[in-house]
Amino acid sequence: MSARNIFTRPARLAAIAPYGWMVLFFLVPFGFVLKLSLSQVANAQPPYLPVFDLGAGWQALVAAVSALSLDNFRLLLSDNLYLSSGLRSLTVAATATALLLAIGYPIAYAMSRLPRRWQPLAMILVIVPFWTSFLIRVYAWINILQHDGLLNQVLLTLHIVSEPVVWLSTDTAMYIGMVYSYLPFMILPLYATLSKLDPALLEAAADLGASPLQSFWRVTLPLSLPGIRAGALLCFIPLVGEFVIPDLLAGSDSLMIGQTLWLEFFTNRDWPVAAATAVMLLAILLLPLVIYDRFQRRQMVRS
Amino acid sequence: MSGRRFAAMSRFNVVSLALGFAFLYLPIVILVIYSFNASQLVTVWGGWSLRWYTAFFNDEAMLAAAATSLRVAAVSATLAAVLGTLAALALVRGERFKGRTLFSGMLYAPLVMPEVITGLSLLLLFVALGAERGFWTVTIAHTTLTMCFVAVIVQSRLGSIDRSLEEAAMDLGCGPVKAFVAVTLPLIAPAIAAGWMLAFTLSLDDLVIASFTTGPGSATLPIRIYSEVRLGVKPEINAICALIIGAVTLAIVTASLAAKLSSRRGGNAAPM
Repeated sequence: MSARNIFTRPARLAAIAPYGWMVLFFLVPFGFVLKLSLSQVANAQPPYLPVFDLGAGWQALVAAVSALSLDNFRLLLSDNLYLSSGLRSLTVAATATALLLAIGYPIAYAMSRLPRRWQPLAMILVIVPFWTSFLIRVYAWINILQHDGLLNQVLLTLHIVSEPVVWLSTDTAMYIGMVYSYLPFMILPLYATLSKLDPALLEAAADLGASPLQSFWRVTLPLSLPGIRAGALLCFIPLVGEFVIPDLLAGSDSLMIGQTLWLEFFTNRDWPVAAATAVMLLAILLLPLVIYDRFQRRQMVRS
Repeated sequence: MSGRRFAAMSRFNVVSLALGFAFLYLPIVILVIYSFNASQLVTVWGGWSLRWYTAFFNDEAMLAAAATSLRVAAVSATLAAVLGTLAALALVRGERFKGRTLFSGMLYAPLVMPEVITGLSLLLLFVALGAERGFWTVTIAHTTLTMCFVAVIVQSRLGSIDRSLEEAAMDLGCGPVKAFVAVTLPLIAPAIAAGWMLAFTLSLDDLVIASFTTGPGSATLPIRIYSEVRLGVKPEINAICALIIGAVTLAIVTASLAAKLSSRRGGNAAPM
């Protein structure tokens, strides 16, 4: 028996505690969300009907299951608020991801061209803002973007505008906040693939007569596709469910789905509808994940 | 010819780096500068002053929230470091076991899961269990989220360690557990420390999950800051933010210095 085999057993034992923890605190709660999304409000207070009581026997369980209803989902589909907030989430997240890519790529590219010894420092400089609080980063932009904030002061002093521009509570402010908060998530995967790029490939392209733009388009960009996909996914998915940034920076006339869920839960106190919204949000998120998985598999088949 | 082309390229690179880092750091710098503003109006500069820091240290509710946040962060980061390390061990070293796919799925999902979903689902669990909401429910919620980050960090470190070291220790008569404690644990310790720090800051940072899972009397700092920020910009909030930024910067500088020292002594520092 080799040493390796002896070692796998304790390693398997190591799985027990974290496994149990994640089942109890991650997997099981989803069951509750699903169940509640099919329940009806009873006095707007928990417990919600139907209550599952395993002690009451099979008959009672069957009765409880048949009492579940799709009413919440019917509401979600019939009321424009939910569909439009779902749609807005997708378009906002897609737009923000495209902006992040456009802004993050040149930065990641430049980082990968730095002299080797400077690269770790550049990486730390990208990561540090990620360690400072999310809320603080959004708040920093409220400071700058508010009516008499620094941006308007600068613009007025330079006579670029004649009166203060409304920045706060607009989509522009929201996109600035999103790009600012998620930029490290885009830069790091891009940098990881770009820094592994063999410079000899670019030299070969140049020797064969390609202009820098051509060799970028035909060598660098295709080779960095895995980083682009990882970065896009890493930004897109949390952005769809984003709450804090649209809540603090965007206007209140159209909501993202995360805000709708928050509103249903904290303001309307309609837990079943909030749960149904959560299920809808999950369904929306599964789509890009499945597409990404397809991509990965096709790539594996190809190589 | 090609030399000039590359020079032009690198000018573009220099500009994008300069603009990129300015974009990342200017808002934070501005925020910190305004925290020293003597004026009551955030946007009018009234000279340097520490009055908003004094205001924070006299704000009982804010201080209580800060204390709650620090306690939650310390306890949840420690739990997350233990559980995350165990999870990483199981994933890297426990080749195959039943439900491995589900296990890794559960560990990666919270990394990208919208916080509103995680928060709502945990709240429903706590309600179903009849748990009183407060310090422990927030701590458990944060542990669940942050242990996944620890697992990812420790996992990448474990994967890069030469396994023959452990095998050598076992050949020399160590049991697997002793070989782990004597050989592997010191090697992955920097990664565990980095994971603990990340877990701590993530917990300190979280607004959404804490809002769902907290109860009366244990509002965390982000919850308090959020309710103030919704009402508008306040210089005192700038001061609190500046303090947090200072603490985080100090921690990162210390950590990277420690990593540098240990790598000079011949050990391998974990990339953060």
